[in-house]
Amino acid sequence: MNSFSRDGIGNLCFVSQHVQLYEQIDLCLLNMEIFLQIIITGIATGGVYGLIALGFVLIFKATGILNLATGAFMTLGAYICLTVLSQLGAPFWLAFLCTLGFAIILGIVLERIILRPLIGEPIISVVMVTIGLSSILQGLTHLIWSPDFRSFPEIFPPEPLDLGIAIVPSGLLWGFIFAAVATVIFILIFKLTRTGVAMRATASDQQAALSMGISVRWVFALSWSYGAVAAVIGGIVIGNISGISIYLGDIGLKVLAVIILGGLDSIGGAILGGLIIGVLENLAGLYLDPIFGGGVKDVAPFFILVLIIMIRPYGLFGKKIIERV
Amino acid sequence: MRCGDFKESYIKDERIFQSFFVKFWLALFIIFLVLIPFVADAYILYVANLIGFSIIGAVGLNILTGYTGQISLGHAAFMGVGGYAAAILMTRLNFSFWLALPCAGLVAALAGLVIGIPSLRVKGLYLCMATLAAQFIFEFIFIHWESMTQGIRGINVPSPVLGNFPLDTEKRFYFLTLFMVFLAVGFARNLVRSRVGRAFVAIRDRDLAAEIMGISLFRYKLTAFAISSFYAGVAGALWVSFMRIVTPDHFPFHLSIQYLAMVIVGGLGSVLGSIFGAIFMVMTPELLNALSSALSKMIPDVGQLFIPMKEVVFGALIVLFLIFEPLGLAEIWRRIKAFFLLWPFSY
Repeated sequence: MNSFSRDGIGNLCFVSQHVQLYEQIDLCLLNMEIFLQIIITGIATGGVYGLIALGFVLIFKATGILNLATGAFMTLGAYICLTVLSQLGAPFWLAFLCTLGFAIILGIVLERIILRPLIGEPIISVVMVTIGLSSILQGLTHLIWSPDFRSFPEIFPPEPLDLGIAIVPSGLLWGFIFAAVATVIFILIFKLTRTGVAMRATASDQQAALSMGISVRWVFALSWSYGAVAAVIGGIVIGNISGISIYLGDIGLKVLAVIILGGLDSIGGAILGGLIIGVLENLAGLYLDPIFGGGVKDVAPFFILVLIIMIRPYGLFGKKIIERV
Repeated sequence: MRCGDFKESYIKDERIFQSFFVKFWLALFIIFLVLIPFVADAYILYVANLIGFSIIGAVGLNILTGYTGQISLGHAAFMGVGGYAAAILMTRLNFSFWLALPCAGLVAALAGLVIGIPSLRVKGLYLCMATLAAQFIFEFIFIHWESMTQGIRGINVPSPVLGNFPLDTEKRFYFLTLFMVFLAVGFARNLVRSRVGRAFVAIRDRDLAAEIMGISLFRYKLTAFAISSFYAGVAGALWVSFMRIVTPDHFPFHLSIQYLAMVIVGGLGSVLGSIFGAIFMVMTPELLNALSSALSKMIPDVGQLFIPMKEVVFGALIVLFLIFEPLGLAEIWRRIKAFFLLWPFSY
């Protein structure tokens, strides 16, 4: 039952199977081409990882909470989008906007009733409450929609893009474009708007932000809804690429490696980290799968995570305030 | 009538059995536990065995997370290491169960030492993520180190044999489980009031202050990881010899969360709490199970709702306990006791 969930992004699996087939035909000639193909696939996946990582970072920066329910948010968002699309027959943009609206409300409500009572509690409580939340949301998703595998109706034109050096499958291409646009919008909001400035102020010093008249409570609620929005967009994109099941959210845990690599509180780091992890895990899948008999792609991010934590726990761009013992 | 608890020395304060009544009721309770198998049916004994393994695992995790303050999201992985070590030792090297059990604990403790190394450099969220990564890496090893673990097919494990008396039914295994639970709980209860246990608590409360007072963080953190993993390994080994098979599916990430949930629902930093938590978290799904099979006579489709409902209830328990009763069942138990201790003049 886990076969597709473990793969996360099904198309990639498909691509690498093809790659292995080609390998047997003519190894020498195609080696370079495979390599490029894998790099491009990795970058496209990495864009999606970057977007999901952004959801983690937005919440962590403002509130200091690592939201382990991100995966459940993704699954829920994908199902809601699919339901509005197929049950109500709405056009894609409407379904997309509905899902975003839902995510905003979800973020605000969850922050108010679950996270706010735990402000100032030890880390284990906060981590566990997001895990509990994840379990509740996953259970509800499972209850409302049956666990069967479903696929999105075709929204984007199915033609793959031929870059000359490599071919990008349509799902990945559009996923990457979506993720990139969403990421840029988030960064613009963060850098230019009033709320963005309030969020940055809260992130850098809560006391000072409070004394300048910023409602820190509102910023907390807002960062949760932004985080939820980033997660559901990620969920919709991945649902488009590899279909929807209740295991879609398993990718949420892999993204932890991305945010650790980029630095827990760095937006730029999340994006760059996403691209690096995307490329590395696909390369690891290509070169190490034959040695270990498959599955390397899914565990590679965790190896990277452990390495980074041992060597440079604040990541590439994170603030170096992490307390060492 | 008692009107309070008065102690005149620290030794009395630290005593495990503080009064004659405690000893009396505990003795009665133990007799009850020993007599259970003679009246209960196989299903109840099956659940009782599961509770026993969970208690051992939860007490181990509580030593690490509740007492030492190091969060571990990889407890199931250590159980897996113990389970696989026991299975491999018994099937490949023909160890007897009684030798394989402590060996499984030691192998798991060794794995715990390795995973504990990041705890010397990072803490809090970062340690949380390092242990989470360890969970997935171990899962990968269980699946893909086929020459040792036989991959997803798993290994068939023989039942333990005592003399020429095989412990192959729930009833027979129950006595082994009960004995191991006594050992585990007794050791933990004594550990936490020893020098080592106090060092653990000092590290949890403020690691820098502990270091300044001369507690070696390096030594005690790794000790906590090793002891906790030893417990996990023993619990894992018992579990696989009870189930008579070990597969990677036995030790998913979800199990790690379940153990953390037991510790939190029961009460962080309380041995009694881990026992309550383990009983509670094992019983809840079983009760839901019974409820759903009772309901399915009236509503036929209710069985399908059972699995997701279990997940919702599981998550809701964690969230509700954290928000409304962060000290867990142990605190509720303490309040009930305090109420009756001075009843009817409590205020």
